[in-house]
Amino acid sequence: MRLAITNLEVSFGDRRVVDLAELAVGEAEIVGLAGESGSGKSMTTLAVLGLAHTVGARVSGSVRLDGAELTGLSQRELREVRGRRIAAIFQSPALTFSPVYRVGSIVHRALRLHGMTRAEAAAAAERAMRQVLLPPGLLDRYPSQLSGGQLQRVAIALALALHAEVLLADEPTSALDVTVQAEVLELLRELRDRERMSVLFISHDLAVVAELCDRVAIMQHGSIVEHGPTSQVITAPASPYAAELLASVPRLAAGAGQ
Amino acid sequence: MIEAPSTLPTAGARLPRGQSLRRGLADNPLLLAGGLLSALIVVIALLAPLLAPFPGDAGSATHPFLVLRPPSAQHWFGTDNVGRDVYSRVLYGARISPLIAVIVLAISCAVGIPLGVTAGYFGGWLDEAIMRVTDIFLAFPPLLLALALAAVLPASITTVIIVIALTWWPWYTRLIRGQAASVAGRPYIDSCRALGVSRWRIIFRHILPNSITPLIVQVSLDVGGVILTVSALSFLGLGAQDPTPDWGLMVAEGQDYFLTSWWVVTFPGIAILVTAFAFTLLGDGLRDLMDPKRIFLR
Amino acid sequence: MIVYVARRVALAVLVVAGVIVLTFVIAHLVPGDPAATWAGPHASAAQIAAARRYLGLDRPAGVQLLSYFGGILSGNWGVSIHTHQPVLSDLAGAAPASLELVTAALIIALVVAVPLGLVSARWPGRASDQAIRAGSILGVSMPIFWLALILQLVFAQRLRLLPVTGEFSPSLLFTHPLTRVTGFGLIDAPLTGNWPMFGSILSHLLLPAIVVAAYPAGLLTRMIRAQVLDTVGDAHIQMVRAMGFGEGAVFGRFAMKLAWNPVAAAVALVFAYSLVNTFLVEAIFDWPGLGAYTTASITSLDTPAILGVTLFIALVYVVANLAVDIFQAAIDPRIRLK
Repeated sequence: MRLAITNLEVSFGDRRVVDLAELAVGEAEIVGLAGESGSGKSMTTLAVLGLAHTVGARVSGSVRLDGAELTGLSQRELREVRGRRIAAIFQSPALTFSPVYRVGSIVHRALRLHGMTRAEAAAAAERAMRQVLLPPGLLDRYPSQLSGGQLQRVAIALALALHAEVLLADEPTSALDVTVQAEVLELLRELRDRERMSVLFISHDLAVVAELCDRVAIMQHGSIVEHGPTSQVITAPASPYAAELLASVPRLAAGAGQ
Repeated sequence: MIEAPSTLPTAGARLPRGQSLRRGLADNPLLLAGGLLSALIVVIALLAPLLAPFPGDAGSATHPFLVLRPPSAQHWFGTDNVGRDVYSRVLYGARISPLIAVIVLAISCAVGIPLGVTAGYFGGWLDEAIMRVTDIFLAFPPLLLALALAAVLPASITTVIIVIALTWWPWYTRLIRGQAASVAGRPYIDSCRALGVSRWRIIFRHILPNSITPLIVQVSLDVGGVILTVSALSFLGLGAQDPTPDWGLMVAEGQDYFLTSWWVVTFPGIAILVTAFAFTLLGDGLRDLMDPKRIFLR
Repeated sequence: MIVYVARRVALAVLVVAGVIVLTFVIAHLVPGDPAATWAGPHASAAQIAAARRYLGLDRPAGVQLLSYFGGILSGNWGVSIHTHQPVLSDLAGAAPASLELVTAALIIALVVAVPLGLVSARWPGRASDQAIRAGSILGVSMPIFWLALILQLVFAQRLRLLPVTGEFSPSLLFTHPLTRVTGFGLIDAPLTGNWPMFGSILSHLLLPAIVVAAYPAGLLTRMIRAQVLDTVGDAHIQMVRAMGFGEGAVFGRFAMKLAWNPVAAAVALVFAYSLVNTFLVEAIFDWPGLGAYTTASITSLDTPAILGVTLFIALVYVVANLAVDIFQAAIDPRIRLK
C-alpha cells in the first residue's frame, strides 16, 4: 500500500480525537473516509502531513509512504514530502488561497520551492492547468476573481504539476454546487486512472463517497467502525452505526450504490 | 496617539471571571506585572507624605547649601538646583500626573459616551454630524492641539487638563459609537423595539453595558498616553509651574544642569517612564484577557 | 472606484475646512495682542493701531474668517509676527528637516518592528514573545524629551560616538557648502555630489531619529504581532504549509503580506503623530526643523505662525489618512463596496 496509516492517535491534551487502527490507500485507488462532522476526519489529514502541532495537537502512531516512516521525520524532511509527494486540497477553496496573491504566484512559488527553475515551473504550471481543463491565463487572477470550482481545480493542478503520489482531499466538494462538484469528481477519477494517484477522499457526504470511491472507511468519534469495498459497505453494512448513517441518505437507502 | 481601537475585541467581549480569570492571570505574566506596578504607583501617590523624607521639598522649600548634591544616603536621588530632595519630589509627583490623567479621561468619557451612544444608536444625520465634528478634532494629533491651545491659555494644571481633554474626547466618541452601532444592529435589539421597549431602556440596559467593556481597556491603555502628553506640556513650560513637583517640569528644570548633575533629569524621567509603562502594560494585559480568540492561541 | 475616491476626497475637504475654522477659533482665544507684538515693545498707541489695521485685526470676526479661508486657499497663510516673513515660506524652509527626521525614524522603526513582530507572533507566549512585548510597551511609554537628553548624554557627550547637535558639522559650511535644491538635505547632498555633507547629515540624523523611532517601533511591533497572529489560523496558511513552505516563509512572507495593509495604515497615521513628537526633540538636538519655529511662535504668541504650523500638520494627517484609504481600497475590493 502506498499510504499506510497504523495506530494513529491524535489528542488535544487528554482528549483523544483520532484513534485509527488502520487505514491504507493503494496506488491508483480512491479511498473514502466518511463520517459526520467532528468525527476527526480533518485532523487525520493534518496528522498525515505532520501539521497537527500547528493546532496544538499531539500525534502518535505510524504513517508510511511507500514503506518509509513519516512520523519521526524532522520538519525540514517533512517539508520535502508536503506538496511534492503528498498533496492536499481543502474545503472552501476560496479561503485556501491567500486573497492578496495572484493564484499563479502561489503555484509558481510552490513549484520553485520543490526544485524547479523559473522556466520549468512556468511550463509545468501551464501544462497542469490544461490537464484540469482550465485556461492557463486564469493563473494571473486573484482568488476572488475565480469560482470555487476553478480554485479547487487549480489546487489539483498544483498536485499534478508536482507529480504527487498521494492526494489528501479534505471535503473538496462540500462548498461547491452539484454540477461543479461532478466536474471535480471526474477530475479526481482521472488522477486515479491517468496519473495512478492514491486519493484519500474525506467527506461527510455519503452519497458522493459512494459514487466516487473504490473503498470506504466509516469514521465515528475518531475510530473506524467499518471499512471495505464501496459496494459491500453500501449494500451490506456490518456495524449498526454505518447502517444508521446509510439509512439517512435517501439515494443510498433506496438500494445499491450507482 | 491612542492604540487604534480596531485592534480591540469586538462588542460582546467580556472579562472572564473566577477560574478563568485566575488562569488568565497565570498565563499572562505581563498583566500581573502591570497590575502590581500600577497598584504600587497608586499606593505611592496616596502615601507620599508618609514616604517622603523631606515633604517640604515638594513645595517651596529651598536649601541653598544643598544645591546639586549627587545621590547619597540622605538624598537617594540627589538634590536639585535649589537644594530640594529629588526623591521626595518624585514621590509627590506621583500625585500629579496620574491624577491629571484620571480627570482628563473622566471628562473624555463623560463627553464621549453620550455622544458615541447617540451617534451609534440613532444613526442617520445625527451620526454623520457627530462623526464629522469628531473627525475634525481627530485630525489634530493630541500634542499639537494641546500645544496650540496651551499657547493661548495661561500655563497651569487646569489648562493642561482642559487642553488634553479637548483632544482626547473624540477617540472615545468614535470607539463608543462603533460599539453602540454594532450592538444596536443586533437582531435582539430589533426584538426589543418590536416589543415596545422604550428607547432609553434599550440604551441603558443593553447598548451601554455591552459597549463599555472595550472602554475599560482603552482607558487603561490611555493613562500612559495622557501622562506622556502631560509631561510633554510641562516640559515645554505650558503646564504646572514651579514649585509643583510635576515630573515633566522637573526634567525641564534640570535640563541646564544635565551634563554635570545627571540625577535631576534622570529620576523624574524614569518615574514618567515607569508609570506610563505600568498602566500600558495593564491595559495590554486586560485587552489580551478579553480577547475571545485568546483560547486558541495557546 | 472613482466614486469611492471622490467621496473620500470630498469628506477630506470637509474635514480640512473644519480644521481651518477650528484653528481660527483657537487663534481668537489669544488673550494677548498680536498687534502689539508685531509693532514691538516700544511702539506707541498709534503705531499699534496702525499695526492692527495692517494685520486686519480691526475687522469683524466673520470677515476675518472668510478672508483667512480665502487666503489659505490662495497660498497666503499670513505673515509671521516674529519673523515678519510669510508663514508659508517659513514653513517651506523649516518643514523639510522635520519631514526628513520623521521619515528616517519611521524607516528605523519598520526595520526593527517587522522582524521583532514576526518573531513574537511565531512563538507566542514564550520568553522571547514576553520580552518583545515588554520592550514594545516600553517604546510607547517613553517620554521622548527625556530619552533625547539621556541618549545625547550617553552617546554623544560621554562616549563621543555620535555628534551632539546640529544638522551637520559646522566646518563643512566652509569646505563643502550645501546647495539647497529641494530643501531636503539628504536629497540635495547626493544630488549635488556633496558626499562629505551627506555623511555628516546622516551621522547627525541618527541619534534624533532613533529617539523619535521609539514610539512607532513599539506601536508597529505590537500591531504586526497582532495582525500576524490573527491570520495564522486562517485556512490559506494551512494550505501553504501543506504545499511544503517552511514556517519562515509562512510567517515572513504569507502572513506578513496580509499584515502590510493595516501596517501601512498605521504608518501613515503615526507619521503625523511623530511629526509633532519631533518638536520636543529638535530643540535638544538643535535640528533645524519645525520644532524651533513652533516653540518660538508659541513664546511670542505669533498667532499666524501657530495657525500655520497647526494647519500644516493637520493637513499632513488628513492627506495621510486619505492616501491610506485610497490605497486600501485599491488593494481590497471589499472596502469599496461597503
